[in-house]
Amino acid sequence: MNRILTYLFLSSCILLFSCAKKEGCTDPLSLNYDPEAEVDNGSCEYSSPTPYELNVPPLFAQNINPPFIPNNNPLTVEGVALGRKLFFDPILSGDGTQACASCHTPQFSFGESSQFSTGIDGIQGDRNAMPLFNMAWNWGNKFFWDGRAPHLEAQAIAPVVNPIEMHNTWINAIHSLQNHPQYPQLFEAAFETSIIDSILVTKAIAQFERTLISANSRFDQYLMGQISLTPSEINGFDVFMDETRGDCFHCHGNAANPLWTDNDFHNNGLDASFTDNGLGITTGDPNDNGKFKTPSLRNLAYSAPYMHDGRFATIDDVINHYSEGLVWSSTIDPLMKKVGQGGVQLTPQDKADLKAFLLSLSDPDFINNPDFQAP
Amino acid sequence: MKTKRIFIATTLILSVIAFSSCSKKEGCTDPLANNYDADADKDDGSCTYNATTGKLSFSFTHNFDGTPVSNTDFNQFNYINQNGDTLSLTKLRYLISDIRLYTSTGDSILIEGYKLVDVTNNTGLSWAPADDIPFGSYTGISFIFGFDSLDNTGNYVDLNSATWNWPAMLGGGYHFMQMEGKYRNNGSDSLYAYHMGTARPSMGVFEQNYFKADLGAITISNNANIEIKMNIAEWYKNPNTWVLNDFHSTLMPNYTAQIMMNQNGRSVFSLGTVSQ
Repeated sequence: MNRILTYLFLSSCILLFSCAKKEGCTDPLSLNYDPEAEVDNGSCEYSSPTPYELNVPPLFAQNINPPFIPNNNPLTVEGVALGRKLFFDPILSGDGTQACASCHTPQFSFGESSQFSTGIDGIQGDRNAMPLFNMAWNWGNKFFWDGRAPHLEAQAIAPVVNPIEMHNTWINAIHSLQNHPQYPQLFEAAFETSIIDSILVTKAIAQFERTLISANSRFDQYLMGQISLTPSEINGFDVFMDETRGDCFHCHGNAANPLWTDNDFHNNGLDASFTDNGLGITTGDPNDNGKFKTPSLRNLAYSAPYMHDGRFATIDDVINHYSEGLVWSSTIDPLMKKVGQGGVQLTPQDKADLKAFLLSLSDPDFINNPDFQAP
Repeated sequence: MKTKRIFIATTLILSVIAFSSCSKKEGCTDPLANNYDADADKDDGSCTYNATTGKLSFSFTHNFDGTPVSNTDFNQFNYINQNGDTLSLTKLRYLISDIRLYTSTGDSILIEGYKLVDVTNNTGLSWAPADDIPFGSYTGISFIFGFDSLDNTGNYVDLNSATWNWPAMLGGGYHFMQMEGKYRNNGSDSLYAYHMGTARPSMGVFEQNYFKADLGAITISNNANIEIKMNIAEWYKNPNTWVLNDFHSTLMPNYTAQIMMNQNGRSVFSLGTVSQ
């Protein structure tokens, strides 16, 4: 009996002694490394990217579905900052002369003032660079004029290696970034790895692009009850919403849809036959030939020229197209209902007022937002 | 020694209790249950009961006088309407709301909510509301085509996101239907956009234009999937023979067209297969 008691006493002592060992984080690489800790208790913490709270404008929150942020690419402060740096950095191009921002310039609503983009080799493309904003609300996630990119990350893959755009290889672009004095650290901060690849580059760029929100035009302020519109702008909005006059709303939205696009694809009666099949190239369906993405009407004041091929230099040209210039083709959208008469035949006054309304969708705060300029 | 005796006695008593309780028959002891066991002495939680309510789901199918229509049939001049016009579809989407089941006592059960059925994009072709519906024989099932006057004043972010709004100058709210395509007219192709919503008899005066689609009696005895069939040809047929050459576009502010759509729409829907 005494022997048993002795064993019990001893083993209790051993247990107590081991309990007295200091527990804590024993990893010197962690944020909360405790040099006195002898037993690791799983409490080590490592620096992780800070979640970025997308600032959803009230008009968006009240009226439309929440923004689409893919689960595998949540917005982080570090990721957005990295994406911004990459967006404006010519390092991604073959000869270090062009950045995303070369053709997607803030002052042009992240579009371009020339009809076609010219790549690093001086070769011109055949489409107008699309303005960039409110892209987290493109829920269908079809990007480019022809919808060929299934998400924003995929969109950013293409221009880097397009021979008539940035004409680089991803291997070369990654090599440049990996050997840069700052980028490995910035990727570490954003993605917890300093091993750079094209997936992470496009994830960062997409994060930055999703923060490009435009929601403070005069018309937004009018909807928020902050300002009044001019009689001309009011009539212009009526023309826009009137099926007997402009009938613009079926594709370009309305006061309850602050995007001013349906994010869908239409043949809007530009040509009798197609030199560019648009959506049809992507789907392979001839019924989609000649259809292009509906662009948002926001920031038209900054994003001339217009249409997928930049054929119209002015807003007046665009209005005249829908008023008198429509041309029949096999896939024309039934909403181009007066194609037989060339269009909706607006009066000069209605045209002027429609233009005034369209210009009220311009958002100078967006193009001047310091967070959206080159870092 | 006394302690030991008490211990032995206690152990014996406990084991008697333990063994006798183990030998009691376990089972379902509720006479109202499906698997009531009259011999069971002890309820073991195994009782099962017949469900008295279940879930309904709805499938929306489309045909043109019996020929099935899906988006793969779009863009082809496959259909001839009552007036003899050959036509194609390029877009078909519509809104239904407030499904209601009617009991023999004159009461009804409302399944609140709405569905935007988008044949073009092959989305919204089925709907599974969360409501529990009592089993039974119902004298009728109906839904509202579009929104009733109250629902049509709401703000619906998903419908706004689908650019489904109806202009304020025409009474506001939402489209009830957008059906678009081409028709052949004297050898040449023309466009039509058959859009339905609130009607405007005159400037600033609006008339509710939704209707209740009655699908007839239905018996629900289990979780059930209910097929709701749209015969697209009926939009052009009954009671008004639709002449596309007269009514093809700018129909939203066209009061006559809106009222004819409402009249023709009442025979468009029917009850299809009920699987349960």
